[in-house]
Amino acid sequence: MRRSLLQSVLLYACVVLVALFTAGPLLWLVTMSISAPTDLTEVPLRWIPSEVDFSRYQTLLDLNDGSGERFLSALRNSILTAGGATLLALLLAVPAAYSFSRRNASMVLLFAFLATIMMPPITYILPLYSTFSSLGMLNKTLTLIVVYTAMLLPFATWLMKSNIDVLPIEVEQAAFMEGASTAYTIREVVLPLALPAIAATAMLSFLVAWDEFFYALIFTNDLSAKTLPVAIADFSAGRVTDYGVIATVGVMATLPPAILAICFQKFIVSGLVAGSVKG
Amino acid sequence: MLGRRQLREKWFLLAPAMAVLALITLMPLANTFWLSFTDTRISALPTPTHFIGLENYIYALTDPDFQDALFRTLYFTVVSVGLEGVIGVAIAVLLNQQFKGRTLLRALIILPWAVPTIVNAVAWRLIYHPDYGALNSMLYQLGFISDYRSWIGDPMTAMHMVILADMWKNFPLVAYVALAALQTVPGDLLKAAAVEGASPWKRFWSITLPWIAGPLMVVMVLRTIEAFRVFDIVYVMTGGGPADSTKTASFYVYQEYFNYLRSGSGASYAVLVAGISAVMILGYYAAARRQSQGGAA
Repeated sequence: MRRSLLQSVLLYACVVLVALFTAGPLLWLVTMSISAPTDLTEVPLRWIPSEVDFSRYQTLLDLNDGSGERFLSALRNSILTAGGATLLALLLAVPAAYSFSRRNASMVLLFAFLATIMMPPITYILPLYSTFSSLGMLNKTLTLIVVYTAMLLPFATWLMKSNIDVLPIEVEQAAFMEGASTAYTIREVVLPLALPAIAATAMLSFLVAWDEFFYALIFTNDLSAKTLPVAIADFSAGRVTDYGVIATVGVMATLPPAILAICFQKFIVSGLVAGSVKG
Repeated sequence: MLGRRQLREKWFLLAPAMAVLALITLMPLANTFWLSFTDTRISALPTPTHFIGLENYIYALTDPDFQDALFRTLYFTVVSVGLEGVIGVAIAVLLNQQFKGRTLLRALIILPWAVPTIVNAVAWRLIYHPDYGALNSMLYQLGFISDYRSWIGDPMTAMHMVILADMWKNFPLVAYVALAALQTVPGDLLKAAAVEGASPWKRFWSITLPWIAGPLMVVMVLRTIEAFRVFDIVYVMTGGGPADSTKTASFYVYQEYFNYLRSGSGASYAVLVAGISAVMILGYYAAARRQSQGGAA
């Protein structure tokens, strides 16, 4: 359909508005991170920095600096926690998904799986806290990995199940005819075919774990296990004189998920859409 | 039908996943339920615990502060998810048009979703800063306000500011789901309606919206379930304040547990919150099932 001039102008006005609304807060966060501290306390604000100052990034990446040490250990903990949990969750989710897809495991059970992550974490937190406390497992990366595995598992199982569903079953049947075991067939036949699905599942799982705050807040209390979200909350709650530092930490914590999201957009969006719509 | 070997395999393959979920979710859930009938307190020394029946529940259900927290949570959920729905659909309709830069804008929309929840909270807290915040500066320079305001320091505005920040992060999901659904609306149907003289507005309400209603409904219920347990953004942005104006149900339980150390009483609040969530989860399954039986997704 042809558009009139007025319609075109309106359309592009909307486009600009949406772009500003979406990118504005992020652009400002980046701007804050490279502005001189004095620019950030001007009233009204200086929107364009008087000089570009990358020194905060340098400081945060310096292990010998106080805030650098806090940031880098949180970064390490976040990578270990999210990576470890993603790996474990996939390891458990693939056989479970195969059972749901090819061994007729009840869908009610799969719904029950999913219901466990829809419940507010506040319903699980206290008994978990008491148990970990009595086992001496508080403030450990391993503890977070175990909890996050349970958190990622239902969605990963569900996503893998719907992907195994659409694989051609004939190949597996042929393998069974040849006398292959189920474990062998999953490993050698199903996994290679499901590789794109596994990659998408792993990415979404990693991002969910990267984002998690509540359990990490309760279960960790120092540099040895605190993850980035907890460290950022600390930075923001502390008596910081330079708001640019908070902005810089925020930008750095956003970079990994933002890069993943941009590079694998099609993957992620289709996973998200499927994940939130199909029952 | 499954043979005996396959039947055994079915459970064998499921067992590890079920064991982890039982340990990390099912047992704590049962334990919370049990605690809610006791007067347990968190303490370094072993303290005796008594079964006190429904006492916690009677207290919780008549506790005006908890009722306020529940209503606040409900308000947050309804307004936040409602706005996400309206803005998500509007942006999806826009992204479904032909224009230069469409691919770029579609890619841009994923960024708020990728921003970690805590970073989002921190970023908006800086934007709302009473002295040096971008919001004050922008509104002042545009002439909308003549004095700087304390956006999250004022009980009248704090909750709405939290909602705006939460909405900014979460509208992309709704927009992407709506866009995917919009792409399945048959063009012929819209053309035929246009030929018959239906206005664009009328076509949207009577063809497009009903067509995408199924998937939209499912994602909005899902967002409702998520929004109802809101904690992180409140913790960082306002700490529940000012004057409790942003203290949500999850935050209330958190304080009962970890500030007042009353685990028995806290558990009864937690069970009540879980009960409301359970009802919503059942609603989600109903919506998702109707959707998958309806065909189009």
